[in-house]
Amino acid sequence: MDHPALHGHSHKTHIEGSGGAGHAGYGAYGVGFALSVILTVAAFYPVMVPGTLPAGWIAPLIATLAVVQIFVHLVCFLHMSAGSEQRWNVTAFGFALLVVFILIGGSLWIMRSMSQGMADPDVPAVATQGHGNMSGGNMNGM
Amino acid sequence: MSPDSLVAHHGEFAEDHSHEPNNVFGFWLYLMTDCILFATLFAGFAVGRHQYAGDVSGHDIFDLKYVGVETALLLVSSSTYGFAMIGAYQHKLNQVLVWLGITFLLGAGFVGMEINEFHHLVAEGHGPDRSAFLSAFFTLVGTHGLHVTCGLLWMLVLVVQLTVLRKPLDTRYVNRLMCLSLFWHFLDIVWICVFSLVYLMGVR
Amino acid sequence: MLGRMTLADVAILDSPIIMAAGVFMALVVAAIVGTITYTKSWVYLWKEWITSVDHKKIGIMYIIVAIVMLLRGFSDAIMMRAQQAMAYGGHAGYLPPHHYDQIFTAHGTIMIFFMAMPFMIGLMNIAVPLQIGARDVAFPFLNSFSFWMTAVGAILVNVSLVLGEFGQTGWLAYPPLSELKFSPGVGVDYYIWSLQLTGLGTLLTGVNFFVTIVKMRAPGMTWMRIPIFTWTILCTAILIMAAFPILTVTFGMLSLDRYLGMHFFTNELGGNQMMYVNLIWAWGHPEVYILILPAFGVFSEVVPTFSQKRLFGYKAMVYATVCITFLSFVVWLHHFFTMGSSANVNAFFGITTMIISIPTGVKIFNWLFTMYRGRIQYTSMMLWTMGFMVTFVIGGMTGVMLALPGNDWVLHNSLFLIAHFHNVIIGGVFFGYMAGLTYWFPKATGFKLNDSWGKASFWFWLTGFYVAFMPLYVLGFLGMTRRMNHYDNPQWTPYLWIAAFGALIIAAGIACTVIGLVVSIRQRHLPQNQDVTGDPWNGRTIEWSTSSPPPFYNFAVLPHVDALDAFNETKKRGLEARETPVYSDIHMPRNTPAGFIMSVAAGIVGFALIWHIWWLAIIGMLGVVGTFIVRSCNDDIDYYVPAAEVARIEGLHNARVAQLELTHVA
Repeated sequence: MDHPALHGHSHKTHIEGSGGAGHAGYGAYGVGFALSVILTVAAFYPVMVPGTLPAGWIAPLIATLAVVQIFVHLVCFLHMSAGSEQRWNVTAFGFALLVVFILIGGSLWIMRSMSQGMADPDVPAVATQGHGNMSGGNMNGM
Repeated sequence: MSPDSLVAHHGEFAEDHSHEPNNVFGFWLYLMTDCILFATLFAGFAVGRHQYAGDVSGHDIFDLKYVGVETALLLVSSSTYGFAMIGAYQHKLNQVLVWLGITFLLGAGFVGMEINEFHHLVAEGHGPDRSAFLSAFFTLVGTHGLHVTCGLLWMLVLVVQLTVLRKPLDTRYVNRLMCLSLFWHFLDIVWICVFSLVYLMGVR
Repeated sequence: MLGRMTLADVAILDSPIIMAAGVFMALVVAAIVGTITYTKSWVYLWKEWITSVDHKKIGIMYIIVAIVMLLRGFSDAIMMRAQQAMAYGGHAGYLPPHHYDQIFTAHGTIMIFFMAMPFMIGLMNIAVPLQIGARDVAFPFLNSFSFWMTAVGAILVNVSLVLGEFGQTGWLAYPPLSELKFSPGVGVDYYIWSLQLTGLGTLLTGVNFFVTIVKMRAPGMTWMRIPIFTWTILCTAILIMAAFPILTVTFGMLSLDRYLGMHFFTNELGGNQMMYVNLIWAWGHPEVYILILPAFGVFSEVVPTFSQKRLFGYKAMVYATVCITFLSFVVWLHHFFTMGSSANVNAFFGITTMIISIPTGVKIFNWLFTMYRGRIQYTSMMLWTMGFMVTFVIGGMTGVMLALPGNDWVLHNSLFLIAHFHNVIIGGVFFGYMAGLTYWFPKATGFKLNDSWGKASFWFWLTGFYVAFMPLYVLGFLGMTRRMNHYDNPQWTPYLWIAAFGALIIAAGIACTVIGLVVSIRQRHLPQNQDVTGDPWNGRTIEWSTSSPPPFYNFAVLPHVDALDAFNETKKRGLEARETPVYSDIHMPRNTPAGFIMSVAAGIVGFALIWHIWWLAIIGMLGVVGTFIVRSCNDDIDYYVPAAEVARIEGLHNARVAQLELTHVA
């Protein structure tokens, strides 16, 4: 089974585009690793060392860094590219992203609106969290 | 169909071009469905994240140093898996095995740390049945951990196939290693979302 | 040892109805097993069907499951109609509430998950690889696994009939009613695990067919040359991949609530049952289009074939399908307008719901214009199609009425809603699948379905549908809500009697279908029923260019597609069978029992989890994972059919066709 002809042939097949992801040398992994370390530390640091940044900035910063890091991983580790041999993979990813956005965004919008509509103005929000209630309580901060 | 009456060319066709790349593409699509699976869990977490029900909040229970070490294990394992793939493309079995071994240890370390974290929480009385927040936290993080565990099992199976069963490192197995690499890097991306949205935002 | 199972759970001792159902089921199973044993068919069954990875055989098995479950789901329906007709004022009817509740839950669950879904997946298995000129699907083993997961799910539902109970929560099992506190029995667990198993199978089918259609089309079949049915299946596959993971997670969260005492959807400790409703419909609305798009695809094949002209507005049809696919993800809130979201939220989803009716309207006009000035052959398929057009438009319009949040506040959860969705699901989905079954039946089996019985079935279904469901619209306006075991309003009773009578007419329709199947199978050797050429309807797409039933490799030589309706073009130019083909070796997958074994093991896991038999669940899980690992170690999964064998099989077929031409000349 293990004869040289197969190896030559198989190598060719996967250079021609093996569908999922291309491949790269140590360089891409090195760059990807360095960038992800930097981005991870940048996200952890302001939370672990209070006072580095104004409190209001931290959440947007973490979110931004996460998005950037996801793309670093996609490019450096999953070797996603705009090349034609990967068109279907990128399209599928784009569509999945759209569904994720609709699902999470839509759910939060709907649930938030619902809990606001349900909130009893006479009962402070804190009380609903302690006992739980029909409406699922107040979802401030979402 | 009566395959018995037909002459089967044993094993010769494992290299079929039209089928193997489909495997990687199909697996990629499966990952997209997994992506939506995690999105649903994140949506569930986002809705329940302030429902402490009088029990602990993220601020009380998360140890960012611990999470940092977990993150480091996964990030390094992503690179080491990459090195295994470079070996696979060059059909260097030993290189593949060494790097897979290191990746396995890192992954196992991650899973061990997560089990330890969960065990502590439950032992201290903050199990998943105490509040909606804890339910969502355990489920989301646990599902990721379960995926990593499956990845480890898969890695083990591949190593056994390549060593004990002496399967050749041909296109079929390179493609399998490639699928697992996609899975492994994908789990890394999910973890980025977990540490950002669950741990960092939870402690903030 | 047996978890929470006791002798008292053997529910057949509970009531005469269940006992009769249980005895009936036992008799049927015994009859099947007896027949197989008597005809010594076990080996044949195992070799040719159970372990088969051939998409055509898997398709046939899916449809058999669908028809069996149609009978089960319909008997639930007729029991409900009878109960509601009887249970007025002082009369309690014949079904106690806990039994009645199981029946309406089982009816909805079975009809959607175990009738409509397998029917649709069966049709796509039979038709899609043939329509795109492929030799099988991309992952034949996975296809076999998907089927058996669905079958095992269906078996679990039926086991609940005699062992334990089924859910009493309605077909979507809303919490908090479905939480452990309010449904402590095994009913909801049967519901969850049977759907989780079949859901996993469906998800893998989605991946499988998407890859098949994207990567395995015959040379020359560009995007705008793909038959419409395949287009709709492509979009359905996308919807399945995007929607079914949501269902898996939602049921997963409910299970965690029930098994580990978590609080996703409970009343206490911060749980939020609205989130369940939100998530289940984020799956549920795409699911509606998963069911209807393939039906649209069937009509788009049937109408041009039997109007004998090309489809009007092929591209518009494609774009409309793609539009519906996208839009179906942004309408889900219209299933719960009354839950208390703000006016902005309700308005947004109301408007998107109305927008989605536009591409559907485009399609209706396309079919009408295709028929316009066509030479229409009024076969049963064409009748189903025309019945669909009228019925579906009515259902669509009542849907747009419900899309207005203001209207919905009045009609929500009333029988108006029930009438509406049966209007689109029977009039749209079911009529479409029946047309598809009749259309591709000769392709799958080599002989035609008896058209007279088909027409009779259609007329009974159509009249039965109107008699059964139009009164429900009225009852909705009269204020009758769904799922009532008993009521006190004398005004409702006459309408419910009419509806019950309508259900009986539908029963006649189903009987005609079954009789038609039996008659067709018995008379399959009559010359007029045989499909020797493989092209019984003068079809337009390439599935009709191969023989019926196709050889296991589908096409001896992969067709080259150079136009839309490629086979029709070939026939027009008279190129058919003129060239002497050059055969070469054909690469095919081997049959494997792995899919069957894994599914049975998964079924054992499900059963064990339902009854809390933890040791059995672990054994089952080891069976699933172990079989998969063993399978992945097997490299001998495919083989080549030698060219000489292909030439022999094709020679036999050509000889049959030549003989038929001779008799025609004589």
